[in-house]
Amino acid sequence: MLRLIVTAVLVVWAGPGHVMAQTAPPFRWAGDAEGGAPYVEADPADPSRVVGFDADVAALIAQGLGREPQFVEVAFASIDQSIVRGDAEIGLSGIEDTPARRAGYAVTLPYYQFREVLSVRSSDAGQFRTLADLRGRRVGTLGGTIAYEILLTAERDHGIIAVSYEDDVHPYSDLLVGRLDAVLLDNVLADRRARTTAGFITHPEAVATSHYVGVLAPGNEALRDRVNDILRAAMKDGRLESIFKKWKVWNADQPQLFAAVLAGETIPAVVGYQAEGISALSKWEATRRYLPSLFRSAVVTLIMSCGAMLAAVALGVTIATGRLYGDRLIRAVLMGYVELIRGTPLLLQLFVLYYGIAEAIRLPAFVAALLGLALNYAAYESEIYRGALLAVPAGQLEASRTLGFSEFQTLRLVRAPQAFRLALAPMTNDFVALLKDSSLVSVLTVVELTKQTQIFATNMGSWVIPGAICAALYLAMSLPLAALARALERRWRWQTA
Amino acid sequence: MSTLTLRDVELKRGERILVSSLNVEARPGDLIALRGPSGSGKTTILRAIAGLDSFQRGTIEVGDARLQAGVVPDRAMLHRLRRSVGLVFQFHCLFEHLSALENVCLAPVHVYNTPHRTAEQLGRDLLKQLGVEARAAALPRELSGGEAQRVAIARALAVNPPVLLMDEPMASLDPSRRAELGALLQRLTASGRTLLLTTHDERFAEEYATRTLMLEGGRLSELAQ
Repeated sequence: MLRLIVTAVLVVWAGPGHVMAQTAPPFRWAGDAEGGAPYVEADPADPSRVVGFDADVAALIAQGLGREPQFVEVAFASIDQSIVRGDAEIGLSGIEDTPARRAGYAVTLPYYQFREVLSVRSSDAGQFRTLADLRGRRVGTLGGTIAYEILLTAERDHGIIAVSYEDDVHPYSDLLVGRLDAVLLDNVLADRRARTTAGFITHPEAVATSHYVGVLAPGNEALRDRVNDILRAAMKDGRLESIFKKWKVWNADQPQLFAAVLAGETIPAVVGYQAEGISALSKWEATRRYLPSLFRSAVVTLIMSCGAMLAAVALGVTIATGRLYGDRLIRAVLMGYVELIRGTPLLLQLFVLYYGIAEAIRLPAFVAALLGLALNYAAYESEIYRGALLAVPAGQLEASRTLGFSEFQTLRLVRAPQAFRLALAPMTNDFVALLKDSSLVSVLTVVELTKQTQIFATNMGSWVIPGAICAALYLAMSLPLAALARALERRWRWQTA
Repeated sequence: MSTLTLRDVELKRGERILVSSLNVEARPGDLIALRGPSGSGKTTILRAIAGLDSFQRGTIEVGDARLQAGVVPDRAMLHRLRRSVGLVFQFHCLFEHLSALENVCLAPVHVYNTPHRTAEQLGRDLLKQLGVEARAAALPRELSGGEAQRVAIARALAVNPPVLLMDEPMASLDPSRRAELGALLQRLTASGRTLLLTTHDERFAEEYATRTLMLEGGRLSELAQ
């Protein structure tokens, strides 16, 4: 009897561990749900789940591997690096088949063929048919993609102005409001936007063609080969076709691709555009090529930060004095402004300024960025100045009044000069912070230092060198500034300590 | 002819009545010492005369400026008041970012539009009269208490007010400086100026003041000189 009990206990104790050992780990796949349907998006019925053709492809692969799919949210531009880090085993989110990716990662066989197509406003359909027709015009696309590389080449060859976006929705809205004259993106994205938005047409001719692939970490070729087997089988038995039909992205390009894949033909990554293949270059050569654009974007960062800070100081002084000297209404309005700005994210303010009010005022990207930073920092600056003005001893202000100075003279001659010295250190701190916060304006299509670094890193497939150069450039801008502020503080400290 | 008149003035701090029914009449050449225990309202009286604090009842006349209880003086009235009365604060309240000379010249230049060079000469003369001409370039934080006080007096005198109020001018002075200040104040009143100063120093009041007022329990009385 005792033996029976001991055996039963052992079975119960060992049971769960035994079952766990038999259960395969989940198949973690990375995608960007912000990219939306038909690739990957949160299920409207259950936002904890994702749906889309890439979600179905991931489920298909997971099923073939005998594992459960598990979605890992990763920003589109970071999927490659995230896979290398081991956050997920495969990236599937409209990942483009590029020579750089093929060279640097374990890439699956192409499972969907797309065309890069040009969309223009309906009224411009006859005027703008190719990139060559768009000299001097602004053409937008998603940053870090084949389309962006094509636009950069067209910038040199045809004199267009390439505009990089962080998402694939705003290029089309900016096309309609006139900020852009054309959009170059995948036909899948153009078709999706055309279903919900009127006012533009998409020329059917492909500027280039490429494919969507799964991306795995280098060294993970064994899993990649198993995934390829699963994809081939799904191409043969029609499961992949069903998925694409379900998401309304099946077209005549796909049977040709499937046939070529199943016949074992060599399929070039991109057709219609000769990629420069930065990944094929040595790291130093690639760095040398990117350095001029990094310097240019550092200048953009510096000009924008200086302009924004000057405006923020002027506005901050106005707000601070208004809050101290204004009547009740002015004080309430200014306090409301400060609380509104401090209580909401800068990113949201930038979006509202650029996209939110575009119907009424169509600000150029650089102006919107500069204004957004200035309006945001003015709120913080005003609190610094208000505190500094309040710190000037009240006795001095009374002495000034008894001598016959007006309130304005007291402010100008007595209060402000002393307050400025008190505010200098926190102001410098804010300027350095602004220099770095200016990286947020890349969401408004301004290519500043961080954005340019991101483009460099994505194309190079590594953040080490681009990150080091970017950090060095930021330091080169902020350290002299901090040194200047320290020198001014030293000069004035002995006068005010 | 009086240069400073307080009629039936009542002063409160919060709900507490500090002084009720205050009547003072001062003439040119008067050096009036206002004595009384701490918290009796001496400084509050000076602040009310200088237009820094309001008062609850009565009228205050300084030169051709007339302040009334409960009435906010308009700009023109304040302008007349500022031309008529100067105040030297107990803690001097010099402008910390300016040198001693700049402290003295600031009001003549910016309030009375005196040419810069003239104002500077006036400032140097005043600092010399007060014995601090060597400290003209020093910043307030570099001055001793006595020096700072003399610079503050020079600053108040630079706009030449007929009535000068001084809050505890003896507070930061040693005995020799005290005698110097007494002599200076007598010179100022000899030229027709009216001085009203608060002090705890009974001997100073006896030696230098022409009149001594005692403030106690909210009531003002004049001591026999």
